[in-house]
Amino acid sequence: MPSNSSPVAESPETTGPPLVEPAETTVSTSSTNGSTKVHAALTRSSTGSADLRELESGLDSLQSDAVRKVRVDWSRILLPIAAVVVLIIIWQFYVSLGLKRRDQVPGPMDVLEQFGALWAEGSLQEAVWTSLQRGLLGFLISVAIATPVGLLLAQVAPLRRAFGPLISGLQVLPSVAWVPAAIIWFGLTDATVYFVVFMGAIPSIINGLISGVDQIPPQYRSVGTVLGASRLQMAVQIILPAALPGYLSGLKQGWAFSWRSLMAAEIIAVGGTIGFGLGSMLNQGRDLADMTIVMSAILLILAVGILIELLVFAPIEKRLLQRRGLLAGSTR
Amino acid sequence: MPVVLENLGKRFGEGAPVLDDVNATIGRGEFVALLGASGCGKSTLLNIMAGLELPTSGALEVPSDGAAFMFQDSALFPWLTARENVELALKLRGVGKAERRVKAAELLELVHLAEAADRRPHELSGGMRQRVALARSLAQDRQLLLMDEPFAALDAITRDLLHDELERIWKETGRTIVFVTHNVREAVRLGQRVLLLSSRPGRVVQEWEVTEEHRTDAGLAGQLTGVITARLREEIRRHAK
Repeated sequence: MPSNSSPVAESPETTGPPLVEPAETTVSTSSTNGSTKVHAALTRSSTGSADLRELESGLDSLQSDAVRKVRVDWSRILLPIAAVVVLIIIWQFYVSLGLKRRDQVPGPMDVLEQFGALWAEGSLQEAVWTSLQRGLLGFLISVAIATPVGLLLAQVAPLRRAFGPLISGLQVLPSVAWVPAAIIWFGLTDATVYFVVFMGAIPSIINGLISGVDQIPPQYRSVGTVLGASRLQMAVQIILPAALPGYLSGLKQGWAFSWRSLMAAEIIAVGGTIGFGLGSMLNQGRDLADMTIVMSAILLILAVGILIELLVFAPIEKRLLQRRGLLAGSTR
Repeated sequence: MPVVLENLGKRFGEGAPVLDDVNATIGRGEFVALLGASGCGKSTLLNIMAGLELPTSGALEVPSDGAAFMFQDSALFPWLTARENVELALKLRGVGKAERRVKAAELLELVHLAEAADRRPHELSGGMRQRVALARSLAQDRQLLLMDEPFAALDAITRDLLHDELERIWKETGRTIVFVTHNVREAVRLGQRVLLLSSRPGRVVQEWEVTEEHRTDAGLAGQLTGVITARLREEIRRHAK
């Protein structure tokens, strides 16, 4: 049966272009003699396939957003820089008031000078490189361990009930608490440092993944079932991508925990075969009672944290959320 | 007969039955509108046919390969483009990579969305999303297509057009369609047969044939709509206290 069989006039409900039938497509039915009738959405509202396609394409372009042009927003770059500059000016102003001894509260220029000295002797580069390398390696291994475990816990209810509280608890336990135990078990070696990093990062990545899975709209699973996904396909093709925003926050937090745990471990465990990291530099500053070294180390630890966030996580997160249409209206 | 329901019943836990003694037979290639007020268990009935829920009593016969399903909101995956959403359905069916691409393009062309293939769900309008969802459910390549109020959330203009679109696709593909709705006019517009489901418990209380004359003669269609509406209201009034 052909679909172009009904002449139709504009209905009271239709506010689009009038659908008056073109003369050449007249198809006679029992009750029409070229006259137009009201269809009131009860009968066919278009006059055949070509007409339908045209109507739909018109409606599509009316209803979907035009593509917006993306441009570089300078305020995103200039405002944070301005904030840092303001803080440094306040710092300098405070120091110039002379309320405290200069060796206790050094000024920005003193710290910059120390930076230069540390750079010249190469210990700055060594410390940053050692810590960064450990932090990233520890983090990546944590991701590799935490992802399958998290997925398993999120998908298998008895496992989740059994281990869920424990994992949440581990996240609350400061990973510094593991340093003494790790030193007793592994001595002053890299193993101690990595152990502490794992204990900090793994629970928070698992928790992030689990909460990401919990927030998946239940309908996605129904769709998966209806489409005939197996258990593994469901986990890999549907659950994991759907949970990606939550998983990514878990990864961010996991990185933060790795970095913090690493610093704690490096400050406490010094010597042996443990190399010279940023935490060690901080500890060295304390031993020498040199506030400029301490400040340099703190600023470097902060800077590495900010750079990783800005260069790694922020772009990934932005892209991820933008692709899902989740960033509109946010203040990012 | 692709679908036979015999004395089908469903209750959740110890509560009152949602469905009780539902009997219906749906023929191959038929377009059946399942009509009922809110809370009559239409969606539950559809979920049972789709295998998402199990009946608590009675027997049910559905095609052994299962059914394609279209939800009220499009339920497209937001991390995939329109094309990838359709391709995922093909992939889960075991279709090879090269064939997936061709088939997905064909299906998107069928719903007049070939140009929007690379856009993501949030960049599409509600009507376009439902058309992608329709293409995805067609990608499942099941004889039986179950639709759960798929156009309920759309504006009137879009809905009218999608009615035409769905009718066209039904004729082109020869699918058996069970279409759940609470909109009498939609049921008359689309179904060859309208089944009215009572509320609490849900049961098929009456059915009407919709002929080709109803498709072209608004007066006739209006008359039938009036009759069905009156019967539906009678059913609702029964629950007044």
